[in-house]
Amino acid sequence: MDLENQKRVLGFAEQYGPENVVVLLGAAEGEASGLAAETVTAGDPTFSGPLTGVSLGLTVFHVCEPQVKEEFDQAVYEEQVGMMEMVLDVDDIVSEMTSIRDEFCKYLG
Amino acid sequence: MKSVIKGAGYILCHVPDMVLHNGTTQTTEMIVNPEGEYLKALPSHLRSWEDVLEYWPNQVYIGNKTPDELAAVPQPFYTTPCDVKERYGHFGQMMPQEEFTLLMQASDVFDLVWLDKNFVAQYKEQFAANPMIDETIVARIKDGIEISEIERLVKEEHSEGLYHNGTLVGCVKRAHDIDVNLSAHVMLENIVSKASSVLALIAGVQNAGYQKADIEYVIDCCEEACGDMNQRGGCNFAKAAAEIAGLVSASGSDSRGFCAGPAHALVEAAALVEAGAYKTVAVTAGGCTAKLGMNGKDHVKKGMPAFEDMLGGFCVVIGENDGVSPEINLEILGRHTVGTGSAPQNVISSLVTDPLDRNGLKVTDVDKFSPEMQNPDITKPAGAGDVPQANYKMIAALAVKRGDIPKADMPAFIKDHGLTGWAPTQGHIPSGVPYIGFAREDIMAGKIKRAMIIGKGSLFLGRMTNLFDGISFIIQANSSAEAAAAAGVSEEEVKSMIAKAMKEFAATLLAQAE
Amino acid sequence: MSILAGKKVVAIGDRDGIPGPAIEACAVTAGAEVVFSSTECFV
Repeated sequence: MDLENQKRVLGFAEQYGPENVVVLLGAAEGEASGLAAETVTAGDPTFSGPLTGVSLGLTVFHVCEPQVKEEFDQAVYEEQVGMMEMVLDVDDIVSEMTSIRDEFCKYLG
Repeated sequence: MKSVIKGAGYILCHVPDMVLHNGTTQTTEMIVNPEGEYLKALPSHLRSWEDVLEYWPNQVYIGNKTPDELAAVPQPFYTTPCDVKERYGHFGQMMPQEEFTLLMQASDVFDLVWLDKNFVAQYKEQFAANPMIDETIVARIKDGIEISEIERLVKEEHSEGLYHNGTLVGCVKRAHDIDVNLSAHVMLENIVSKASSVLALIAGVQNAGYQKADIEYVIDCCEEACGDMNQRGGCNFAKAAAEIAGLVSASGSDSRGFCAGPAHALVEAAALVEAGAYKTVAVTAGGCTAKLGMNGKDHVKKGMPAFEDMLGGFCVVIGENDGVSPEINLEILGRHTVGTGSAPQNVISSLVTDPLDRNGLKVTDVDKFSPEMQNPDITKPAGAGDVPQANYKMIAALAVKRGDIPKADMPAFIKDHGLTGWAPTQGHIPSGVPYIGFAREDIMAGKIKRAMIIGKGSLFLGRMTNLFDGISFIIQANSSAEAAAAAGVSEEEVKSMIAKAMKEFAATLLAQAE
Repeated sequence: MSILAGKKVVAIGDRDGIPGPAIEACAVTAGAEVVFSSTECFV
């Protein structure tokens, strides 16, 4: 994840409390989604950014995942994201995201 | 009359040492994680000159292989060496680092690039033997200086080192002691862009069959900016490169739009020629050092070569309608507007289906779409997926939505109307334009009638707007013969109508006289 | 229990996936406050 974005995520977690922050991703495929999710939960796996060694454990979802999708206004989702479901490998994204969440998320009930 | 595409040039410069010293992924890592595994491992992942020569996507870029041939090569491409290993192709050439370093010095007019005299002596003859480098450029090569002086300039004067095979062989000096816009880092980036644009211009003009003095205007559309602290983006890389390339009759200016820059510039060039402002306009762009090794961490982690070791350049020459060359049809323009938004379906509709709708065309009326032609070997391991494929899936999904094709035909549509990406991830370089050389040939050979070039740009990277950007245009078979024929028929019709009217009139007069 | 309602959302979009502003447009409909939205680019 971009270093500036890591810095902002860290700042918001400190400002609002990590339990109140949710990160929503729009990555193009599963592995990239997993890496971004790992960054905001376990810490930066590339050891480059401000989140290196910082395990925020934030709640993180890809925007195409069913748990968050069902909370959106369906018409807005359809207009903004809908078509990309035909382009992205959603199953792969879901499986990568689920495994990272199961291991590192601290605030999911 | 519509303007036409007279020719295109495509060049690549293999600069492995610049990957290490000038790519931002690496320079950032040197700051944040200098002892990390990545910087230790990267050198062993750099490719040799022989590796890049036999790399399929590179051979497609310079025109020795076609996109269709590439599509039949199993991915990842690097596991299958190309049977053609030539450095020269009919669109341009691949230039090795030693020659490019000399070209940088030849492109510098402010005594900023200094080379080791032994390095110059070793490679000057090889440089001069390059058929695209004429004697005026060779004459610009200086003898060079002692390496000890270069070492001093790097250590004491904030100069950026130029390396070859891991050894310091030259440097780029800062152009001002205080102004960061003229720092050695910025000057190196800009001179690299200029030098690779010079090479692209020479290739493009040559391939278009023009003399250098025939070019009246040059538009540069790279992603760099030059100027001092009082006008940081004053630019005109176009004229600077045209001067070194010997385009004595050319004026020029720069056009910018991130990755969409080339598509914007081509539309502008076509409009200038169609309007009669200039007879011939060359659109050019050189390569970008910052993006070298951009996704290197992923390539190294996965045990792959560090593919992003090539600077890319291109030049497309637009001229007056010659009756045979493919035309740029400015009546079918795709426009991403301020109000379009950034939802992917809105972006792709504004660029693909809206312009077709306005002109009563179906998605299937376009034989080939050339969106962003990034090489998937580079982007897939980095998590960006296969970018051209993603674009084709979106176009196909839209075509299904509109009823242009049944859903079951999506894979066939993508195969028939799509292309496999072969361009290096040099920002503006992959954006639609790599196909123009092939499109010209395929249209003239009658293989296809219509191609759509699509450029997309990430404006938000400049932190001035969150907007996305994009522009598309159509290249089509030359229609002037048809237009003339159509005009001819109607003229005959008019004549016969007049003759008929005259006869009737005479008959009436005769009847009246009787 | 909802995931997004009342939460501070950070949207990290991707140029070749879903861009930040598109994520933001969805998140606000779920009752979240989007405190930051950005789009990454790997090309």
